[in-house]
Amino acid sequence: MKMAMSTTITSPTLSEAGLAVERHWRELATRRRLYTLGGLLFMIVAMSGSLWFANESNAGKFWDRLPHLFDFIDQMIPRDGWEVWRALFDLPSPYADGSLKYDYPEGRMYITSTLYVPEYVYKMLETINIALVSTLIGFGFGFVLCFLAASNIVTQRWLRFFVRRFLEILRAFPEIVIAGFFLAILSIGPIPAIIAVSIHTVGALGKMFFEVVENADMRPDEGLRAAGGNWVERVWFGIVPQVMPNFLSYALLRLEINVRASTIIGAVGGGGIGEVLRLSISRTHEAKTLAIILLLLLTIIGVDQFSAWLRKKLVGQQAFAFGRGD
Amino acid sequence: MTTLTAEQIDDISKRHPEVFAGSQRKRLTAWLVGAGIAAYLVFAWWFFAVGSVLAGGNWGIAGVYLADWVSYEIRPEIEFDGDRLEISYPRFSSYRADRQPDWIRIEPVEREEPGAKAPAKRAIINIGGANTIDVTPGQVVVTRGAETLVVDVIQGKSAIARTALPTWATQRSAGDKITVDFGFTGSAQIDADDVNIRHRFFGWENFVFDGHSPFWGKPAGEVFWLIVSGPRLQPEMSNAALAWNNIWNNSEWQHGDVWTKLLQTIVMAFVGTVFASLLAFPLAFAAARNITPNRFTNQLFKRFFDFLRSVDMLIWALFFTRAFGPGPLAGISAIFFTDTGTFGKLYSEALENIDDKQREGIRSVGAAPALVQRYGVVPQVLPVFLSQSLYFWESNTRSATIIGAVGAGGIGLKLWEAMRTNSDWENVAYMVLLILVVVFIFDNISNALRQRLIGRTVID
Repeated sequence: MKMAMSTTITSPTLSEAGLAVERHWRELATRRRLYTLGGLLFMIVAMSGSLWFANESNAGKFWDRLPHLFDFIDQMIPRDGWEVWRALFDLPSPYADGSLKYDYPEGRMYITSTLYVPEYVYKMLETINIALVSTLIGFGFGFVLCFLAASNIVTQRWLRFFVRRFLEILRAFPEIVIAGFFLAILSIGPIPAIIAVSIHTVGALGKMFFEVVENADMRPDEGLRAAGGNWVERVWFGIVPQVMPNFLSYALLRLEINVRASTIIGAVGGGGIGEVLRLSISRTHEAKTLAIILLLLLTIIGVDQFSAWLRKKLVGQQAFAFGRGD
Repeated sequence: MTTLTAEQIDDISKRHPEVFAGSQRKRLTAWLVGAGIAAYLVFAWWFFAVGSVLAGGNWGIAGVYLADWVSYEIRPEIEFDGDRLEISYPRFSSYRADRQPDWIRIEPVEREEPGAKAPAKRAIINIGGANTIDVTPGQVVVTRGAETLVVDVIQGKSAIARTALPTWATQRSAGDKITVDFGFTGSAQIDADDVNIRHRFFGWENFVFDGHSPFWGKPAGEVFWLIVSGPRLQPEMSNAALAWNNIWNNSEWQHGDVWTKLLQTIVMAFVGTVFASLLAFPLAFAAARNITPNRFTNQLFKRFFDFLRSVDMLIWALFFTRAFGPGPLAGISAIFFTDTGTFGKLYSEALENIDDKQREGIRSVGAAPALVQRYGVVPQVLPVFLSQSLYFWESNTRSATIIGAVGAGGIGLKLWEAMRTNSDWENVAYMVLLILVVVFIFDNISNALRQRLIGRTVID
């Protein structure tokens, strides 16, 4: 009361306890600032060290190569705009001189004597099919394994432990090594790519699936247990119906990732569009490269859009925080 | 409360079957989807010609390749030369004429120094347990367990078994070379001119010191003693420096190169992710509907993000490999471009989901627009942003391995080269192990940091 009456404004005085709180707060703030500063310093040192190292061990040095950064655009300008369409649809080119660069009609895949599938469309279909088959295989095995890894379904600790480690290894094992190994056995083609992508998909989907299963509502399961349902019945009628939409939506997300993955595996010998893209870029076939990139871009956008639409139908607006989740 | 007896329940289900059977359409759809998937898999089987590819696969070699991951072979060759034998090893083997493994017993020829090939009167090779090959000029005696096979060799002409061949020996035609199989431990080919022996051992050969190193073949205790207090093996450097140099430059395992390449891969993922986060941070504010109330700008940035994401990491990697030459710069750029798109999308979605009350609060006390963002928005989204970046940091470490193989540098390329030769599968195993360890460590660091940032409920 006395303070309020006086006309001079003094800073508010704090009680003993208040001062202690204030002191503590200041301490915390200082420490926080110190951590932030330390973290920043660490990041700057790590980044500059990394950049220096990257530049040192690169074939071309950054500052030397920077003016040539957009050289590849030069290598991507075709002789005229229609060349891209001719390359895409395998139409004969007016510049044809017998070289690989303009031999567009060579790649036609004839279905009947006149009807053909353009080469790159066919290769793109191959890549999509690789992704689709791998996703299906991964879904199948992931579906079976995920229940064995979920702590609310399986009570045996050791079984869970082994299934989880198994899934982890499948997920972390570099796809490229699996592909390389099967390329050595089966020779070049799409099957090594399917095997590699499938194995990774089993691990990745298995992990996401068992997390979904662990978050499932256990009341249906209890009901089935009370009615004397065995393990398989409890899982099939109690858990599967509620997790299925999430499973499907994760599988669709995986399909998006697998289209990209099978393109990359293709580039290292797994067939499909990746292989022709790598060849075309290394041989500087501008029109072909552009045609393939255009096709790839359209396909990836198409698959992403389709999958987003279907997922929205399946699980509503539920957000998927992470695009890749592998 | 009324309780139903089993008869009553049966009665109800009989009177209203449609309630319990589920809708006809739903059941039909389930069957159709199942049939569709089965039909598609059959189509895929035909499309990829799975049957013929699998049948045409070289499965015999698969076992050898797999065994190579964790074991190695030593291949002595014993040539028949008149009344004596010449023992030699392949060019890159760590064994030489004057350095024989202890499982080969040689009766040397008197008064003769070994040259490139060790001369001998007789060689007894022990292929594990009771399996031996006893080679003398003109005769080879193979013992496998209790069975014995005697082969008479007429030099330069033929190899003829005295008795009928046991099941573990094969010969294509009479007089042709005889192959004896000891299972995992090895095999031998007895020809009219020479005997080729392959003895397989478990483990990685010369993992620490290669055959050129003065430390090669010495037991660990002796090597330790040499390093700590032994006399200098080479006058120009200490034994510790020499040992380190020998390990780092091990010609078979290339530890130095492998670790440098591994570091490149780690750097690619790290720098790429950090740069992408830094660039995506401001761009996401422009792309978020609620932060920048301009539809055109929002759409422009969002489509830009989509473009960066959809032009795949592979394509970016191929282009930047051309621009910068093979190496981590190309990898960094590829990850940077792709992830700027991904982060931009994820960040702007996170921004659109923020709680508006804090922003209003800051605005209501008259803060400048920049301060509204700083104190009203950033504290809400920063943990989410960081956690997403951390998540991708770990996943990019894996991606960096793969794009490395198309020329973007790092361990991917090395891995690919090792696989292409089809003979260095043990090096592949070594690199895979390193990658798995790195991914495992990063996974744990990233998870731990994410949990500290956004609490126990990790979004994924």
